[in-house]
Amino acid sequence: MTYVPVIGLEVHLQLATRSKIFCGCATTFGAAANSQVCPVCLGFPGVLPVLNRKVLALGIRTALALGCRIEPTIVFHRKNYFYPDLPKDFQISQYDLPLGRSGSVEVGERRIRVHRVHLEEDAGKLIHKEGEDASLVDFNRSGMPLLEIVSEPDLASPEEAQAYLKTLKAILQYLEVSDCDMEKGSLRCDTNVSLRRPSEELGTKVEVKNLNSFKSVGRALTHEIERQGKLLEAGEKVAQETRLFDDARGITLGMRSKEYAHDYRYFPEPDLVPFSLTEKEIEVIREELPELPAAKAKRFAASFGLTPADARGVTASRAAADYFEACVKAVAGAGLRPEPGTFKAIANWILGEIARVMNERNLEEITALQFSPGHLLELVQLVDSGKISHKMAKEVFAEVVKSGESPARHVQARNLAQVTDAGRIRESAQAVIQENPGAVEDFKKGKPRALMFLVGQLMRRTQGSASPALAQETLRELLKENKR
Amino acid sequence: MTAREIQAIYQTGKAAPPEIAETFIKKIEELQPKLKALVWFDPEFVRKQAGALTADGKSKGPLWGVPVLVKDNLCVEGVPTTCASKILARFRPPYNATVIERLKAAGAILLGMANMDEFAFGSSCEYSSYGPTLNPWDTARVPGGSSGGSAAAVAAGMTPLALGSDTGGSIRQPASFCGVVGLKPTYGRVSRYGLIAFASSLDQIGPIAKTVEDCALLFSGIAGFDQRDSTSVEAKVPNCLEELKKPVKGLRVGVPKEYLIDGLDPEVKKALEAALEQFRKLGLKIQEVSLPHTEYAIPTYYIVATAEASSNLARFDGVQYGYRSGEGDSLLAMYGKTRGQGFGPEAKRRIILGTFVLSSGYYEAYYAHALKVRTLIRRDFDKAFEAVDLLMTPTSPTPAFRLGEKLSDPLTMYLSDIYTISVNLAGVPALSLPCGFTPAGLPIGMQLIAKPFAEAELFQAAHAYEQASGWHKREPKIR
Amino acid sequence: MAITVKDVEYLALLARIELTPEELKKFTRELDEILAYVEKLKEAKTQGVPPTSHVEALANVFREDEVQPSLKPEQALANAPSREGNFFKVPKIIEAS
Repeated sequence: MTYVPVIGLEVHLQLATRSKIFCGCATTFGAAANSQVCPVCLGFPGVLPVLNRKVLALGIRTALALGCRIEPTIVFHRKNYFYPDLPKDFQISQYDLPLGRSGSVEVGERRIRVHRVHLEEDAGKLIHKEGEDASLVDFNRSGMPLLEIVSEPDLASPEEAQAYLKTLKAILQYLEVSDCDMEKGSLRCDTNVSLRRPSEELGTKVEVKNLNSFKSVGRALTHEIERQGKLLEAGEKVAQETRLFDDARGITLGMRSKEYAHDYRYFPEPDLVPFSLTEKEIEVIREELPELPAAKAKRFAASFGLTPADARGVTASRAAADYFEACVKAVAGAGLRPEPGTFKAIANWILGEIARVMNERNLEEITALQFSPGHLLELVQLVDSGKISHKMAKEVFAEVVKSGESPARHVQARNLAQVTDAGRIRESAQAVIQENPGAVEDFKKGKPRALMFLVGQLMRRTQGSASPALAQETLRELLKENKR
Repeated sequence: MTAREIQAIYQTGKAAPPEIAETFIKKIEELQPKLKALVWFDPEFVRKQAGALTADGKSKGPLWGVPVLVKDNLCVEGVPTTCASKILARFRPPYNATVIERLKAAGAILLGMANMDEFAFGSSCEYSSYGPTLNPWDTARVPGGSSGGSAAAVAAGMTPLALGSDTGGSIRQPASFCGVVGLKPTYGRVSRYGLIAFASSLDQIGPIAKTVEDCALLFSGIAGFDQRDSTSVEAKVPNCLEELKKPVKGLRVGVPKEYLIDGLDPEVKKALEAALEQFRKLGLKIQEVSLPHTEYAIPTYYIVATAEASSNLARFDGVQYGYRSGEGDSLLAMYGKTRGQGFGPEAKRRIILGTFVLSSGYYEAYYAHALKVRTLIRRDFDKAFEAVDLLMTPTSPTPAFRLGEKLSDPLTMYLSDIYTISVNLAGVPALSLPCGFTPAGLPIGMQLIAKPFAEAELFQAAHAYEQASGWHKREPKIR
Repeated sequence: MAITVKDVEYLALLARIELTPEELKKFTRELDEILAYVEKLKEAKTQGVPPTSHVEALANVFREDEVQPSLKPEQALANAPSREGNFFKVPKIIEAS
């Protein structure tokens, strides 16, 4: 019996503000324990929240970018439950009057619907020490501004869930509403998953929490789908519950039910007033939205002749897209003709070598690399003009990306330019022919590989600086003469 | 000695703040064993403030050198602020409530912390973990609540001024039981920052004083917009000391017909009728009005207030501050025992009730419904104020009751707030002032209610009546 | 409606208040009485009446995104019933089983 997974994601995004959502404490990451706290975010008696203007602005910006309808009245509610990381033992969140509803995200060919986005405050951080009978609490994170983005259960596989998350992350980075750093917890994810038979009603939904990377989203979903599938196969029922993903073991675990017996008892937060934006205010924010990845990819394909796949690749992160556009500008700046081949080469570098090095070095963004758009253009030009081979270009790149040196200078300083002087190559070619009579014989017998051997010898003789194309051409010519 | 008298003394230079402070320190030391009005008092704390006032040559604020007693639910930096609860025992806030900041800026001297019903849950001051405060007019009776310590201390002359808080009558009812003046300002008029919340949408901090003028003086010192309270309003605060002298002739006073209830004590009724007569003599126009949804006020209040309280009091969980039970090594046990041992009976009762009305399956029928009825109650007031400037009612259906009299029956206790509760639900300002005494010598209070932000009109009418009646001149003989 | 001891037990769990058996019985009775009294509210005609969760017509009250000084860890932890270094300390939390 086959089951179809039905997956929805809840993404928690930490908005990029200087101060917390309801108080003036700083939001700097990595501060010493309980050093970025005040009576408000510690939930001391008598204190009151006041909404950070920037939080609402960033929230609206995101909601609009996701195509959401902005609610005419935005109200905060209290979500009541006890937990040591929750200083007031209620979380200020939103309930039936969230920031926005009914948006969508284009993931490849599919449109994944966004159910709602809402604002809330983050909780503190619990530290569980192995082998000790206590847990510790640091409230620095308490009161960090979060935007929760809840998708509809439109995702059909762990891969699609990951693709959605990647696309969403790209959009959020374009918007500059968050640093989206999953390692720092700026972007976190919970997921709802159920199984159903094709053409049947939805199955029982299980919430899986604690997904801290793209990888764990995939692993947790795969495991959970398998677990539920086994239960159903065995004729058992799936319990509606919240489970935790144990990253180390790669499995999901049920949470202790009595301690998590919650009835959130939402009610309007009496310490905050309602918020509302006029149509005009919403329009102003909408007009300030940047060009988003999907639109940018279409434009890149149309304007620069990139393939749709390359265009999507280059626009997948805002930094990469900006980098590409800076390269385009450099082409014009250098007085070069905007050839599609040049743009294609630039895209290839960004998606190829540059991506590889970033991956190797575990870099999130292209901007973290010591390699400017100007440098890339130099490299492309060096190859284009035949000064260095593509292979040599890769080596040059590997060097300059470490040193920060300009590729042109690097090539010049080390005398790496290809010898394109026909006379010099001819001399070398004649020498090679004389030194390798055996290979020459083979070539005459019609073994084409012999020519490649001779080209190799020529390259060695010139210490790789000869243009391989020119070397081959010259050898072929000389051998023809030799034949006669 | 009233605040205005103290200011007059300073004016003539006959005494300086340290001497005035000593007078009240002495008075507190004398009467505290009899009345138990204060829960925290340190003469050195008082002396230090008074000394600092004379030392600095800075311009004198509007409350310069005037002592003020603070209800135990208003945070004072470094001073135990406990809401008269075991669960906050030894809690010393690292911050001041906005009203405390304002008092300090105005030059006031903080005397100490006043007793109250635990977390302001109560109408008798008996639900205090420190034990009850006694009524200065008859120590066998309660001072009212929850701001019982504040009202009793003012009545007994232990302080000229005191701060209270009022969620359903907690300033006005004790003011009436103790024969003093108490104001619940318009919701949003005084910042709630640093007031340990009972019910956030109903709570207001307000002044308690011996005279209307003193009450206006303290009100002016604490009112006004505060950036730290989203619900505080940016409305101009009038100079109430000037305003209260304005003529009252022609002011229209409405008497709600629904306020004549079965439980109304005949002595109270008699005093109210006499007060109305006095109003007529002063040139006020009296007419009957209707607040048709009055009968729903108490049930609405007990749903809204307990719902908010159940959430507001969740934070007392033994993690960041306050009491933690030493028993129980699991998280669930720590919470359960800490809160089970730390809260008194009325707090538990209200938290359970509030939890119930918000819980899944009951929210619509109770909480959501009550919010709608609250709209009806507000509209009653809007409508009444189309015809009149002020409303007048008894503050409480009875004078001060005996200690223990209502403890066994929470519902009867709740019913004693019948006249004060709808004012909080509507958010309008109201003031209680003495309007007579029973033959046994117990004070009786009347309540004046005004439109939002019309506190000045309350002071005007109250001041005119007070000056004409002279009730404020009576002093209790404390035995 | 009639409130049972079981109902109060559940409410006490939600509110994280451990009640003694006597308290449970007492609160059940009292809650029942209070709710019977509150029943009166059901008569009120509220069709089409909007709820009042705030008495004022205030909206859009903000603070600017400016950093204000925080407490020092020592101040933040000064009232803590239990601490370890600069952390608040609670009984061991076992989230999953």
